[in-house]
Amino acid sequence: PGECLHHSCSLNYALSTLDSITLMYPFFYRPMFEVIEDGWHSFLPEQEFELYSSASGEWRLSYVNKEFAVCPSYPPTVIVPKSIDDEALRKVATFRHGGRFPVLSYYHQKNGMVIMRSGQPLTGTNGRRCKEDEKLINATLRVGKRGYIIDTRSLNVAQQARAKGGGFEQEAHYPQWRRIHKSIERYHILQESLIKLVEACNDQTHNMDRWLSKLEASNWLTHIKEILTTACLAAQCIDREGASVLIHGTEGTDSTLQVTSLAQIILEPRSRTIRGFEALIEREWLQAGHPFQQRCAQSAYCNTKQKWEAPVFLLFLDCVWQILRQFPCSFEFNENFLIMLFEHAYASQFGTFLGNSESERCKLKLQQKTMSLWSWVNQPSELSKYTNPLFEANNLVIWPSVAPQSLPLWEGIFLRWNRSSKYLDEAYEEMVNIIEYNKELQAKVNILRRQLAELETEDGMQESP
Amino acid sequence: MEHIRTTKVEQVKLLDRFSTSNKSLTGTLYLTATHLLFIDSHQKETWILHHHIASVEKLALTTSGCPLVIQCKNFRIVHFIVPRERDCHDIYNSLLQLSKQAKYEDLYAFSYNPKQNDSERLQGWQLIDLAEEYKRMGVPNSHWELSDANREYKICETYPRELYVPWTASKPIIVGSSKFRSKGRFPVLSYYHQDKKAAICRCSQPLSGFSARCVEDEHLLQAISKANPVNRYMYVVDTRPKLNAMANRAAGKGYENEDNYSSIRFQFVGIENIHVMRSSLQKLLEVNGTKGLSVNDFYSGLESSGWLRHIKAVMDAAIFLAKAIMVENASVLVHCSDGWDRTSQVCSLGSLLLDSYYRTIKGFMVLIDKDWISFGHKFSERCGHLDGDPKEVSPVFTQFLECVWHLTEQFPQAFEFNEAFLLQIHEHIHSCQFGNFLGNCQKEREELKLKEKTYSLWPFLLEDQKKYLNPLYSSKSHRFIVLEPNTVSFNFKFWRNMYHQFDRTLHPRQSVFNIIMNMNEQNKQLEKDIKDLESKIKQRKNKQTDDILTKELLHSVHPESPTLKTSLCFKEQTLLPVNDSLRTIEGSSPADNRYSDYAEEFSKSEPAVVSLEYGVARMTC
Repeated sequence: PGECLHHSCSLNYALSTLDSITLMYPFFYRPMFEVIEDGWHSFLPEQEFELYSSASGEWRLSYVNKEFAVCPSYPPTVIVPKSIDDEALRKVATFRHGGRFPVLSYYHQKNGMVIMRSGQPLTGTNGRRCKEDEKLINATLRVGKRGYIIDTRSLNVAQQARAKGGGFEQEAHYPQWRRIHKSIERYHILQESLIKLVEACNDQTHNMDRWLSKLEASNWLTHIKEILTTACLAAQCIDREGASVLIHGTEGTDSTLQVTSLAQIILEPRSRTIRGFEALIEREWLQAGHPFQQRCAQSAYCNTKQKWEAPVFLLFLDCVWQILRQFPCSFEFNENFLIMLFEHAYASQFGTFLGNSESERCKLKLQQKTMSLWSWVNQPSELSKYTNPLFEANNLVIWPSVAPQSLPLWEGIFLRWNRSSKYLDEAYEEMVNIIEYNKELQAKVNILRRQLAELETEDGMQESP
Repeated sequence: MEHIRTTKVEQVKLLDRFSTSNKSLTGTLYLTATHLLFIDSHQKETWILHHHIASVEKLALTTSGCPLVIQCKNFRIVHFIVPRERDCHDIYNSLLQLSKQAKYEDLYAFSYNPKQNDSERLQGWQLIDLAEEYKRMGVPNSHWELSDANREYKICETYPRELYVPWTASKPIIVGSSKFRSKGRFPVLSYYHQDKKAAICRCSQPLSGFSARCVEDEHLLQAISKANPVNRYMYVVDTRPKLNAMANRAAGKGYENEDNYSSIRFQFVGIENIHVMRSSLQKLLEVNGTKGLSVNDFYSGLESSGWLRHIKAVMDAAIFLAKAIMVENASVLVHCSDGWDRTSQVCSLGSLLLDSYYRTIKGFMVLIDKDWISFGHKFSERCGHLDGDPKEVSPVFTQFLECVWHLTEQFPQAFEFNEAFLLQIHEHIHSCQFGNFLGNCQKEREELKLKEKTYSLWPFLLEDQKKYLNPLYSSKSHRFIVLEPNTVSFNFKFWRNMYHQFDRTLHPRQSVFNIIMNMNEQNKQLEKDIKDLESKIKQRKNKQTDDILTKELLHSVHPESPTLKTSLCFKEQTLLPVNDSLRTIEGSSPADNRYSDYAEEFSKSEPAVVSLEYGVARMTC
């Protein structure tokens, strides 16, 4: 049991004791396949922005972070309100944690509402203000519209943050915005949760009571519910209330990204396709500066307490799986795709998940020295493993249920090595066979009908003269 | 009808059970002799059979009206708000009366009329023939024979007339043993494994007290073990927790003393009694009915209810049986206290693990008829069909169905039937619409003349079997002869589709299972269509050649064939989805289904160019 996790653990442990990232596997990996499309260039910000063509009236690409000077964890290119110039952005950056000034995360084509994300405002105990920040945030609202600021921390935690120079937006200074506090847990608590859960799953001797109480005590599914609920809330603001949203926690690199990316899964059909989901991960996780190197070092089996280790990305994948389970026909990818991403986030021969930000990845010259995961995954032969045979494009917003009865344990990840899935896999194959057979029959019937119709027309023509 | 005062109330609100914002639907409530019916403003109907009502509660008056909460045995919970208290009171009183009948004759089954004649009804009852089933198992044979000891229900009132016992067990032995067993339920055959020549037998607890013995009973057990030519040792499985069995000794009952019975191995498996099970389910329902339930409360409630622990205990006991037979080739005798609850669970589930026949639609009906109905599981008392002792009510059969569901989850291809089949059976053990589950034993059923006055459920299920087929079933597979389920705790999950079957918001919005089921059906239809089309094309081609010949010779007018044209149109419709309502998601448009594309594509596809293959036809124009 836990073979893979052990494997990834020992691998990571060995590798993480290396002094330099450049000694890691991806730097020595030589692909045995022909690269058709270089994944490093598959999802350029410019191309992504083009998809939001209707946004171009109000939004623009900014290269203010070109040398990573304004915000070290942001990519060189970001999307900001058109009316705000780069100079203002530099000022706002000094007012936001980690220099993470508010940027566009998602543009809802249907009504032009947006999701923005940032780091917490550095108001401190004396209620510091920043005119440019207020101006920027207001610039994203259309005339007469109100917006919501979703703080992923509880009010209490947010208040405590002021003592350390952080804080939250005072409603008096942002009068058109309403602030909502949710409480998504932070890294060490999530890490403990994962360790407890994996422990519970790996012990096959637990009787029913013990298993259920351990599952409960892990709190894993509570975190899932909390994250999904917050994402639904953000999506609801956009789609139902017709209001734009700004999302942040403390740094804006963890819970913030869980919420912005899941809200997009709910709202945006494209993010439920394979390519769209890859783009989402590229945009909302890699370029948005989720510190993968720190968070995904050793998974559940780290023996020393790693301060920065946390299953933030795994929780996100789990939430996606929950939605996928509730809408099994609305995703182009299947569960295996999510499992694959989980594995590569923790241990990979590809450079995609190395480093903690774009600037680190740039310094490491990953594009030149390592292979992108997407180059490998997007080969047709690989893609077929990850394609959901039931997929049928669904242009609707999909609202998942977040009741505990609707949120089961992700067995495909957590029980994967603890029980045989042979019969389940065979049943899945059988399902695929039925679908394939259906397509074949449909095609055949269509051909035959056409044939028959042709014959009939001919007969008709025979008679007409 | 004398209980009905108000038959119709307008402007009634039906509250969403889990909505925290008190979402509701407004509509009209009707009360009929058999059902409560609510029709909302979208004309959606909610039917509630009076017999399904487990409890009716009138809550304190609110500003919007008088709340009426109805809990059903099929786990539907409805929360109405009736504008006028008086109407609410009338309905409340009527439902109290209508949901609790004092006499069997007042149950729905005695008035239900599916428009069948007497011979059809009788045929329905004859659909399942247990004598036939024992023959299928391979009895009678040289070791087992049909005993006529209970032909007149003289030895045991709660057993069926026809019982199979070892041929060496003479009538005095049977009579003697029956006097030493609770309610006279002496050891008899439940399942015979032909290949292993081993048997599952069942009985009730012995009246052993602290030291009593019975030579005949010891002989009968000896006879059972001797009826197995391969392994002379047999297991005696007491399905109760040891403590309970010991407590029974003080009341002159108890369990077998290994010293008195040569060649038995005694085993407790620890399934709790009906009272524990009843309160366990009650706790479970309380927890999962909570509005705004947190994950932690859900799991701690699931744990403290003990429900899944009980399910696992039943499953483990059944696996013990299957292993004894498959691995040790040993026969097993199963009992609990009276031998009609836990014993029925374990014997039937054990047989289902061993014999793939019971995993078919028909076989499952046979299994229920054999181990539950004929052996006197007290359906009427356990399901509370009549206004009786609430302490006799217990979800013993529901647990059996849940165990089967868990097996279908672990072995998705081993069962011919699907979850809907299990849910439908559960619906009808409480509906009192059919005679099968009325009464508590065969003798009582005969006295009620159920076969003359009511209908059997099975033929109706069989007629509808399309709905209940598992599309992934692989009947020919040899991998599923004996099921060996994994009972590590994490394999047991909350059965949402049972306990929340009417709470739509909690379920996946798209059901893979239904899609595959419909696709499978559609595939069969498509196969037929292809055959049809192929033969038509062939006909056409032949005709064309003929026609050309005829035309050339006779210049006769080619008869237009309207029949073919209409049939083609008709076929086009069958290509449209059978499953659009299942496939689409809440609030989605009909555009959200893949077959409409095909249909459109086809209707547009007037052949643009006549292909060269039909050059003959072309030349004529």
